[in-house]
Amino acid sequence: MTTPSDFPSPPTPDRLLDVEDVTVFRGDRLVLDGVSLTLDAGDAMILTGPNGAGKSTLLRTISGLRRPDSGDVIRYGALAWLGHQDALKPGLTLAQNLALAEKLGTTSLSDALDALDLTHLTDLPARLLSSGQKRRAAFARVMLSGAPLWLLDEPTVGLDVASIERLDAVMAAHRAKSGAMIVTTHVPLPLDNTRSHELPSLAHVDSFWLS
Amino acid sequence: MTAFLALIDRDLRLAFRFGADTLASLLFFILCGSLFPLALGPSPDLLRHMGPGIIWVCALLACLLPLDRLFGAELEDGSLDLLMLTGPAPAAVAFAKMTAHWLTTGLPLLIASIPLGIMLGVKGPELPLLLVGLAMGTMSLSLLGGMAASIVLGARRGGVLLPLLVLPLATPVLIFGAASSYAGQLATSPAASLDLLGACLFACLPLCPLAAGQGLKAAVG
Repeated sequence: MTTPSDFPSPPTPDRLLDVEDVTVFRGDRLVLDGVSLTLDAGDAMILTGPNGAGKSTLLRTISGLRRPDSGDVIRYGALAWLGHQDALKPGLTLAQNLALAEKLGTTSLSDALDALDLTHLTDLPARLLSSGQKRRAAFARVMLSGAPLWLLDEPTVGLDVASIERLDAVMAAHRAKSGAMIVTTHVPLPLDNTRSHELPSLAHVDSFWLS
Repeated sequence: MTAFLALIDRDLRLAFRFGADTLASLLFFILCGSLFPLALGPSPDLLRHMGPGIIWVCALLACLLPLDRLFGAELEDGSLDLLMLTGPAPAAVAFAKMTAHWLTTGLPLLIASIPLGIMLGVKGPELPLLLVGLAMGTMSLSLLGGMAASIVLGARRGGVLLPLLVLPLATPVLIFGAASSYAGQLATSPAASLDLLGACLFACLPLCPLAAGQGLKAAVG
């Protein structure tokens, strides 16, 4: 179980994340080459770059799912994760699917569902939800965690305009409460004061030179 | 601890929701056991002599059936990423899944072994001994199986690899378990084989979840 004492004390009070010169290989292919970034409370960072530039790999490395081959990832607070997949069990209702996240988190389920307009679907099995509704349900899990650092991999996939606006409101509220987020997206998000980090495509780097 | 119980609770709900998957290994166990009288002939003496052995081998094979999906489904739908990041410690996640596996596979097998045992001519007084042995045996198999399932997770043709990994590891459980179940027939004391069976279980209890936790971490990395 993660407790605040699991995290090192930050160099500045606002600091949530330091990524220092991270390099990641997949097989013998270089995916991330010396990526450095920092994130403070209130920041929203958009990761951009062509397909295959390593946006998802960077998020997985920051989350700790994957260990960097060199460099350091230092987190100063808990994180919430929204992956490519929605991680919903089709046979369970929305509430049952989110039960574990609710138990581990600090936010109330009704607040999260309300903010994402999912309240009327609470007792519906996840297999009956549309892909946009599933995406919002997965996002509700992020809200439930109450963690300051959000890592969002393509949060807007399958969402209509109204849902994207809801998401933006939720994300803005999270930043106002001194949270921060790193988002990969191909859709422009109407967020204010975002920072963006462009990952170059490393496809031209021949694996021959690396071996 | 609450997360651990919530995880077991979720798995049990899923098992009830998809009852057919859960019943499959139970039906396999009963069918497999029923095939032996057809192949060996209906001699009561022979069946009574082979009964405990048949039940043990069938239970071992039936335990293997749901292992492939134990972590596979979690990996495919992204749940495993979430569990590794925000859930309890990886070893606890693995232990919760193993516990759920025993509750949905081992426990029904234990109950089904009563009618199967009677059918094969296991005498009434020998049944409790068979059940005690099988209870410890199926628990060890859930632990060993869960460990193997997490190790082959994400590997190509993991389903084929799985029995090759579990069955050799399960041989001590099979040997001591079946030996304890034969004690009644042979009028010997089951104490020694039950002790060794228990030793297998208590060796698996801490080691398998730890190894499985590492396997899960490697699978999502």
